[in-house]
Amino acid sequence: MNVSFILLAIITVVGTAAAMGMRNAVHCVLALTVGLAGVAALYLQLGAQFVGFTQIMVYVGAVAILAVFAIMMTHSPEPAKPPTFSSFWTVGSVVAASVFAVLAWAIHSSSLAAHTLPPQPEVTVQQIGDALMHRFVLPLELMGLLLTAALIGAVVIAMNHREEIK
Amino acid sequence: MNSLQNYLLLSSLLFSIGLAGALIRRNAILVLIGIELMLNAANLNLIAFWRFGPNPAALTGIMFAIFSISIAAAEAAVGLGIILAAYRHSKTTDLDRMNSLRG
Repeated sequence: MNVSFILLAIITVVGTAAAMGMRNAVHCVLALTVGLAGVAALYLQLGAQFVGFTQIMVYVGAVAILAVFAIMMTHSPEPAKPPTFSSFWTVGSVVAASVFAVLAWAIHSSSLAAHTLPPQPEVTVQQIGDALMHRFVLPLELMGLLLTAALIGAVVIAMNHREEIK
Repeated sequence: MNSLQNYLLLSSLLFSIGLAGALIRRNAILVLIGIELMLNAANLNLIAFWRFGPNPAALTGIMFAIFSISIAAAEAAVGLGIILAAYRHSKTTDLDRMNSLRG
């Protein structure tokens, strides 16, 4: 366990915990970008450069901006501040903490510690493109279909239908 | 020396933070962000198992992570569209006040 892993883990956990705990929703999304950038740095540390930069572009770029837009479009002008957490927040916290306890116990009692780090594999973008075009070409096409359907579906769902009703 | 267990512990902590956020937040957009955090924890697991696995040259972990990120992006777009439609209907994103299924 080296220093860079500890630093990145602290950045990730603090950023995501702040994203789930802060009161102002825009501040939550800004904290989320810090946490997700920490995850991207962990990908880079593990040697998956392409996935790390994809994570930065998709999450820190697109998803965070989408969430900020949605927060601004649904911002209610009422000055009364409702409580941040739901009425059954104790039950939710206990469920999440027990899930973490079970997972941590399972990881701790497994025999994974015997694994040693294999030598760093050389993964180039060309290899990833070759794999996407040969071995994974059917999932790639399905993903394009899914993204097209999601794009059209999101526009149709969020569109204002009031003119058609009249 | 980074061992696989540290990455798995970190990703289970990320998953629990996302689960707690999805269960206890009142704002629907932040519940969606909690679900995104859980997907990110799964991606971190995939990459860690790929890196520590016996055959990292097969690229399967990277492919899984890329497809998972694309599905998460599609899910975020559709989810935020649904939240916008529900907001237009009920004028709130507070999940404790969205308690009616009638149109």
